[in-house]
This record gives sequence, C-alpha cells and structure tokens, in this order.
Amino acid sequence: MKTYLCIVCGFIYDEAAGRPEDGIAPGTRWADVPDTWACPDCGVAKADFEPVEI
Amino acid sequence: MAPPIIIIGAGLAGWTTVRELRKLDQRTPVLLITADSGDFYAKPALSNALQQQRTPAQLVTTPAAKMAATHKVSLLAHTRVLAIDPLTRTLRSTRGEFSYRHLVLATGAQPIRLPLAGDAADQVQSINSLDDFSWFHQRLTGAAGCGDKVVGGGQPLNLQSASEHSRRHVLIMGAGLIGCEFANDLAAAGYRVTVVDPSTGPMTALLPTSASAQLQQALAGLGVRWHFGATVKSVNWVKTKVSMAVAGSARVHQVESILQVELSNGSLAPVDIALSAIGLRSDTTLAQAAGLVCERGIVVDATLQTSSPHIYALGDAAQYATGLWGVPADAAAASVAGARTMPYVMPIMSAARALAATLAGTPTAVAFALMPVAIKTPALPIVVAAPAPGTAGEWRSESSGQWQFMDGQHQVRGFALTGTQTAHRAAQAKLVLA
Repeated sequence: MKTYLCIVCGFIYDEAAGRPEDGIAPGTRWADVPDTWACPDCGVAKADFEPVEI
Repeated sequence: MAPPIIIIGAGLAGWTTVRELRKLDQRTPVLLITADSGDFYAKPALSNALQQQRTPAQLVTTPAAKMAATHKVSLLAHTRVLAIDPLTRTLRSTRGEFSYRHLVLATGAQPIRLPLAGDAADQVQSINSLDDFSWFHQRLTGAAGCGDKVVGGGQPLNLQSASEHSRRHVLIMGAGLIGCEFANDLAAAGYRVTVVDPSTGPMTALLPTSASAQLQQALAGLGVRWHFGATVKSVNWVKTKVSMAVAGSARVHQVESILQVELSNGSLAPVDIALSAIGLRSDTTLAQAAGLVCERGIVVDATLQTSSPHIYALGDAAQYATGLWGVPADAAAASVAGARTMPYVMPIMSAARALAATLAGTPTAVAFALMPVAIKTPALPIVVAAPAPGTAGEWRSESSGQWQFMDGQHQVRGFALTGTQTAHRAAQAKLVLA
C-alpha cells in the first residue's frame, strides 16, 4: 500500500485507507482511483498527485 | 527575438501559471523571477507538517531546477524585482534589466505585523514561507532554542529528566484559520500551546458561532489554552532558573532566557516561541510604484489584467473584480467595489488556468466556482463555504455538525460542516445558489 501527495495542497491519499466518503473503498490502488476524482481539499485533478513516502 | 513572458513570484500562483501555460504553449519563452529559491512546495502543508512528521526539506515536492527544466522556463532565483516600467514594458531587478511581452505579478501576500512593546518584540515570527517554517522547525525541535543560555552546571545534563522542560511552549497570536491549524498541529505533536485573539472564539469570521464553539472545545481537549477578548501587549526576554537532575542524585540549576508575553487581560505567559498569525496583506509594493490600481490587493478584471495592459496578477496579491477594464467606460471603477481577495488554493488554480489561456493567445475570463475550504484541524475536521462578503442572511443548523447560510429569500448561500458531516460537502455544495 502506498501514499500519494497532492502537490498543490499537501492532501495525502492513502491506498490502505481509501476515501470512503468519495466512494473509494479502503485498499483501492491509486491506479484504480477514477481519473475524475479530485483532491477533496483543493480540487485539483488526480494528475496533480505524486507518490510520496511518509 | 521577442521578449519573454515574465512571471514574478514562484509560489503556487507563479508555478501553476507556468504549468498551465505549458499545457497550451510549449514555445513562448518564460522567465520566472523569485526572491526565494524557487523550490516548489505546498504551502498549506506547513500547518500540518508536524503531525505528518515531515521536515522542512521533505516538504519540497520538486526542487527549483527540476521545475525549471520540466517546464522549460528560465529561472532567476534569489532575485528581487525593484521597479516596473509599464510604458517601456521593462523591469529592473537585482540581476539587471529585462523586457517583457506580458508580465504576471504573483507576488503573494505578506504577514500583517502589529507593533508590540518589549525588548523581544522582534522575536515574534510569522510563518508564511518554507524559509519561515524552517526557522520555526529548528527552534521547535533543536537541542537548544536561540535564547537558551546555560549558566553554571559543570556536569553533563541528563536530558531524560528534562522532558517537561523540553516540551516547548508556543504562543500564537490570532485564532483564525492559520492560527487554529498550527495550534492543532503543535498540540497534537505534544507541544504546549496558548492562543490569544481579541474576538470571542476561534475562526469567528468564517464559522457560525456554534461551530466555532465546537472547535474551541475540541482544541481545548488537546490542551490548547485560549485567551479570547485579549491581545498581546508586550514581549520581553526574561531569565528563568530551571532545576534539573543530573547523573546521580545531584541537581543543578541552569539559567536560560525565555519570552515573557504580557496580555491585555493581565496574564503573563512564559513561552519559548511566539508566532503571529493575524492575517496577510497582499504585496502591492511593486504594482503601486508602477502606478497600477491597487486597493487591498492589485485590482484585476475578469481576465486577470491589472489596470495596465500586458500586466496581469493572480493569487494572494490580487483583488479580483468582475467585468472588464473600460467596458463599459465606467465599469472599472464600479467593479472595484465588489472586488475581493481570495487567499485560498482553489481560486489560484482557477485563475492560473484562465490566465494561461489568455497568455497563450485566447483572452479568457476566470470563473470562480463555489470553493469550500477544508480546514486542517483533525481534532475537529471542518469544511466551510463562506457566503460572499456582504451577503445578508444568517447561519441555521438543521442537524448536528451542519450549518447553512440562508439569505432573505431562503436561498442557501454557504455552508459549514464539522466532524463526520464533512463527508457531505459535495451534496451541500449542490444546494448553494451560485
């Protein structure tokens, strides 16, 4: 499981936690997150996320 | 060769304009001039870096050189622009003169500073950049603060026994969004936190009173001490004697200097670090000197153009008006009245996209959608879409953790959600009348 960082606002998507409030189940791989999904904090597109180690 | 597009400022506004422009136009030369290093980082991450255990170096998502290479821009880092001449379309900097075809002012905002009394008033710091944060992080986590002077005690100190002493105490002036985010981050990381604000609760300018009360309680639960209806009067150095155990059973006394903060309510708070988070003011220095129309920010029309052709502004530096300069002839003056600054991330993204299209040759007006702001206070997650300034109406709560701002016609003009209700932000946003 990996984490991905919104390079704009710092929001972190954690594959293990998913994003249930947006209909993305825990354990959802980044590749399987829909391209239409946007950062919940700042609204930028999925393309503006980068893998990050924390 | 035609002169380049010049962008002043390498914050989110400057770099995002570059990124969006390069999606449309790979060829026009771009020169980016910045007073700092030009490293790209997410500024909102400064106020939750401690809980995420990210160091200042780890906050840089892309180094300046890589940004410049990826986006094919010339970068002049650590360079200050001194003056702009709109008539000749040139600017003067600490690294010489440059001509521009279009100029973008992405100069951001500077912390508002209050004059304070006391011999340590200059120790009060704001955190508005990665450099500011690096200083703060060093002060917070370093072995000894800048003011610590050990006097006496010839034996090596047993630092284990000094854990209480080493829990540094941070005072924050201002209980707005940034003050609350830092308070939450510091308290959750184990630091002692005191917040001082002249108003009656946290984030009263953005939140309904009862939501503000929830936040006050949630942060108090983390140990945050609040002083409302109060301001900081003075900050002075004081010497304090700290008793510490050393190896064996002996005790030594060391004297160190800390900050004594005096509040208007008579309280005295001995603290290690004092932060000011009372707000930002658009940096209009260059624009004003160049004769551009400025108010609280550099006034721009719907295409992000300033009052001077070929000069644009966006981000925290800008004050966004509606309409276009001179259309109709008296529109500019009228539009300024409703113009507002929008110091958040989402407006910057929208503005950068529109400006990039304009710079690429297709004049484009920016359209700001409803932009809910997520407040990074994990003790009580909050999403708020505040009504436009001046909207008449009142906050109403239908269910726990959910508020709507209703105008006189019973239309929803804004909302606030706390705790688990923040999951419903998309549904709430649909109810708001644009």
